[in-house]
Formats: sequence, C-alpha cells, structure tokens
Amino acid sequence: MPEFASACSEALRLVATLDKGLIEIVALSLRVSLTAVLLAALIGLPLGALLAVSRFPGRGAVTLIVQALMGLPPVVAGLGVYLMLSKAGPLGVLGLLYTPAAMIIAQTILIVPIIAALTKQTVEDLALEYGEQLRALGVDALGAMQTLLWDARHSLSTALLAGFGRAIAEVGAVMIVGGNIDHVTRTMTTAIALETSKGNLPLALGLGIVLMTLAVAVTALVASLKATAAAPAHA
Amino acid sequence: MLKVIDASGLTAPNELLPIRGTALRIERAGRRLLDCPAFEVSGDGTLVLLGPNGAGKTLLLKVLANLVTPDAGIVTWAGRAPDRARALKLGFVLQKPVLLRRSTLANVMYPLAVAGVEKPEQWSRAMRALRLAGLEALADTPARVLSGGEQRRVAIARALVTDPDVLFLDEPTANLDPAATSAVEALIRSVKERGYPVVLVTHDIGQARRLADEAVLMAGGRIAEQGAADRFFAAPQSAEAKAYLAGDIVL
Repeated sequence: MPEFASACSEALRLVATLDKGLIEIVALSLRVSLTAVLLAALIGLPLGALLAVSRFPGRGAVTLIVQALMGLPPVVAGLGVYLMLSKAGPLGVLGLLYTPAAMIIAQTILIVPIIAALTKQTVEDLALEYGEQLRALGVDALGAMQTLLWDARHSLSTALLAGFGRAIAEVGAVMIVGGNIDHVTRTMTTAIALETSKGNLPLALGLGIVLMTLAVAVTALVASLKATAAAPAHA
Repeated sequence: MLKVIDASGLTAPNELLPIRGTALRIERAGRRLLDCPAFEVSGDGTLVLLGPNGAGKTLLLKVLANLVTPDAGIVTWAGRAPDRARALKLGFVLQKPVLLRRSTLANVMYPLAVAGVEKPEQWSRAMRALRLAGLEALADTPARVLSGGEQRRVAIARALVTDPDVLFLDEPTANLDPAATSAVEALIRSVKERGYPVVLVTHDIGQARRLADEAVLMAGGRIAEQGAADRFFAAPQSAEAKAYLAGDIVL
C-alpha cells in the first residue's frame, strides 16, 4: 500500500508541476487525436448527410458498412494501416510508418464511421422536419445537405466529441502504426501501457489522471451542448 | 401597383404566370382527394381557395407549386413545365412554416443565399422585407423563440424576399389568436397593395370576404364554384357554396 500511495502522490506532483515529459506526451496525444477528429469530420459529416438525404444505388450497403465499422477494433484498424504503410505496402514509399501522421491516419479511419453514422441519424431526423420547407424554398439536394448540417450543428458537435473520445482513449492502433517511440510517437495510452509494464507507476498514473480529466471534460461539454441544442431557439 | 422589395421586379418579365393545372387527379386508398379538370392562377389580385378540411385546397396549392406530383394531370408555369430555377419565383408559405434554427434575419436572407444573391444585397433586401412585416426590431432574435403570429410573418417575409411572381399562402392564420390574425391579414393586405398576386387557402369565411378578389370553393377534391368575390359571397350559385356560406356542413 505505501508503494501505491507514494506512486499516487508522485503522479499528482508530475501533473501539478507540469512535468516536461508528461506534457510532451499529452501534447502529442492531443495533436494526433484533434487532427484525426478534424479530418474525420471533413469526411464523416458530408458522408453522413449524403446517406441521410440522398437516394443512390448501394446506399443501404454503404450505411451498413459504416454502422458495422463503428465497432472496428482499433488493433485491426492499426493492422490495416500498418500493412498499407509498411515498406512492402502500397503506400510504403511515403515513409509514414512510425510517425504521428500514421497515427492520425489510423485514428481517422477509426472515427469516420462514428461521426458519419451519428451525422446520418441526426440529419435524417432534421430532414423529416425541414424537407418540405426546403423544397418549397427551391433548395437543391446539395443546398439541403449544407442547411441541415448547419442547423444540426449543436447536435453534431456531440458526434465530433464522441469521435474525439474514442480517438484519445484507444491504444491498439497508435501502438501498431506509431510504435510508441519516445519523443516521437508516444501517446498517453501507449505510455501508460509501457510504463505500467515497466513498473513506473507514477508516470502511468499521472497520464491516467490527465486522460480521466479529459474524459470528464468531454462528457461535461457534451452535456452542455445537448442543453444548448434543446433550448427553444434550437429545438 | 408597386413592388418595393426589389425595384428590378418592375421590369423583370413574369416567369411563372399564368399557372395552369389540367386534368389533375390524386387518389389515396381509393379516395379521390383531388379531381380538378382545369384550374388557372392568372395573377390578378387575390385568389382565395375556400372549403372545409379535406376539400383538397392545400393539395391543389401544392400541386400547382410543384411540391406534390399528381397521379394524373399536367401543371405548367407560364406555358412550360415547372423547374427548380423558377421555383424561387414562387413564394410558398406552408401551413406550418418551418423556421430555420437561426436568427429572424438569417431566415429571411436564406432564400436569397439559395438564389446566389451577394451578401450585402441579401441583408438590405431582407431588412426591407422584415420592415414590411413589422419585424425589423426582432431581426437578431432566434426565429424559433418568436410567437406563433410573428413566426407566420417571418415566413411571409421570407417568401417575399425573392420578389416572387406570385405568393401562395396555406392557411396563414391557422391556430392564431384574433390579434395575431389581424396582424397577419394586415401584412397580406400590404403585400396585395404592392402588387404581388396572392393565392390564399383558408376555411375562414370572414377572412375570405376580407381578402378575396376572386373566390373558389372546393369540396370533396372538386371545385364547386368559382367567381368574382363580390358575386360569390352575395349570390352563390351552387348548392355547396350556398350551404358553406350559410355555415352548413359541406362534404
């Protein structure tokens, strides 16, 4: 027990003093996951809106694939990206394996389905309400998608946060394609796994505290956005 | 007869009128909802479609506006099939208008953005439309917190802002209290005075008397009687019109 207590107090000290090693790892994690969310939003929002409002052959199949991929195991996503980026892979010449870029690609692949599926649901609901009105205003399909995405912005921001939550917390994909290289590709989750196995509990615990704090902050943000979305002006 | 929303409307050729429906028919589950051999919106003054619930008034309006495709029949706008480009010149206010989750001003600017009008012009035209509707003080208010009557007026301003060739209003005062109703009717009157042709659906006989230049009574999906408002209300010819104006139930 005394060992656990001292590990905890050391962890808190690392967080409180903004330990340089810890900050570097947190910063890289945030940079990778936020970039992945941005890229996934650029793909997932239009894709979700398209699946919600348009009718094209294969739409059902695409929807099914997107929904199935929501549960894609991170290690499988990591393996797929690894095969693509490894020296013998089709994109090996880019030399991206074991770089933050590879981690961003893997996390983007993981969260595009989440953002797309949640966007589809949200936009579909809003389209029920807006459909006839938009046609009465002479809006075409592309304009309708833009309008629906914008007017659902408060609900959709929770989809982005859900994507961020998955990205920042996953370990399997970034471990495989990033390699957990110190100062280069070491994220909070991979560092926690490594430091725990090495017995360096203070750093692992400190990073755990930061991750938990982030999780609480994201959840609180989602709750407040939901409250905004339910306010009379937006409901 | 001056349109003030957009001066260019004075010279722009009319692209929609007359709106004609020929041999329009809609059936659902064996019931004939619309059966209209010929109907024309010429655009002279205000045409009021009267009739009980289920008479087919709203359906006829939506068919003429190309929002509903009939089972049979043809609609033409100025002699040609309807198209999306010209749909912007048909102002349609739904019975339950949906206001976007944006400010009042942004709602009224929206159709101009759809039409590709430049931002500064969107703003000035939208403000003029809001002024006409007596809503400029609420320009920055989120549209969905406005009262029911105000929301209807926003919807009318939004339909007017593109300087339409004709304005279709589907029961614009349904579920409004008397004060809000008279505010909406006052707006419709000033819209009329500015030279916009109006087609209005209502089941309120008093409102029809106050606003109509021409009246059409629908019953059971058919047009029972049509004529100049003075004559229609003073000396109805058909049994349906006599009964409806007397307050009897018409099916």
